[in-house]
Amino acid sequence: MIVAFATIALFTLAAAAVAMTLRNLIHSALLLIGSWLGIAAFYLWAGAEFVAFAQVLIYVGAVSMVVLFAVLLTRHSRADLSVAPDAARRVIPALLAGGAVLGVLFGGVLSTPLRVATPGAPAFGVRELGRLLMGPHAAALLILGALLTVALLGAMVIAAPSRREDGSNSPDPS
Amino acid sequence: MTVGPLQLCLFFSSALFCVGLMGALSRSNTILVLLGVELMLNAANLNFIAFWRYGPAPAAGTGVIFVLFSIAVAAAEAAVGLALVIAIYRHQKNIRLQEAARLKG
Repeated sequence: MIVAFATIALFTLAAAAVAMTLRNLIHSALLLIGSWLGIAAFYLWAGAEFVAFAQVLIYVGAVSMVVLFAVLLTRHSRADLSVAPDAARRVIPALLAGGAVLGVLFGGVLSTPLRVATPGAPAFGVRELGRLLMGPHAAALLILGALLTVALLGAMVIAAPSRREDGSNSPDPS
Repeated sequence: MTVGPLQLCLFFSSALFCVGLMGALSRSNTILVLLGVELMLNAANLNFIAFWRYGPAPAAGTGVIFVLFSIAVAAAEAAVGLALVIAIYRHQKNIRLQEAARLKG
């Protein structure tokens, strides 16, 4: 049990950390997909099967494709997939801020008395989840559908080429 | 000062959050900054699942519902964010954050 958790956590953290340091964008995106898979494995380990499958479907399936499309659409040439190294002026404060937040969070977790109630796995299947989503949370589900529709329409409007650039073959570089 | 499974899950999610934070703060590529923000969102979802699993009332299922809604909102955020990246690239032919300091195209 604890060995499985340690393996999942180490894999996820290592994939995420390496992805955040690589210079090749495609490699970073693929490693982050591995990290999202590790998070889905954690959900499975914790007994939330439906969330694990939703994570695989949405992150590993959909968001990863959007990220890869964005990486491929925003490069200058065929060989241009690596980004310039970041300046130490940005990296060192970022590492300091991240380390400080990590220390604060660890201290907070260690110093807080947390009540742990159930050592066994809770019985919470898809049936109960469906009843909750269709019963008390039905309004939130509908609002979420409207939000997703509006967000996808907005994304299309933002990413679509403007009409001014459609007319001419060489758009002005302003 | 006892370290149980709930504390281990919280350590895991805090470490993942800080990895995402360091990435979002240190990289100058807009796509990588967005991916760092996504990692931080995922770390927050891990907390919900951990507290649902080891909390006092796992039969209520509030944590699972919250994570599902959070994943959906994160998907919408990723779509809009990457559309913004593409729009910035179209205007400035570059997606470095330092050059994208101007909103007026």
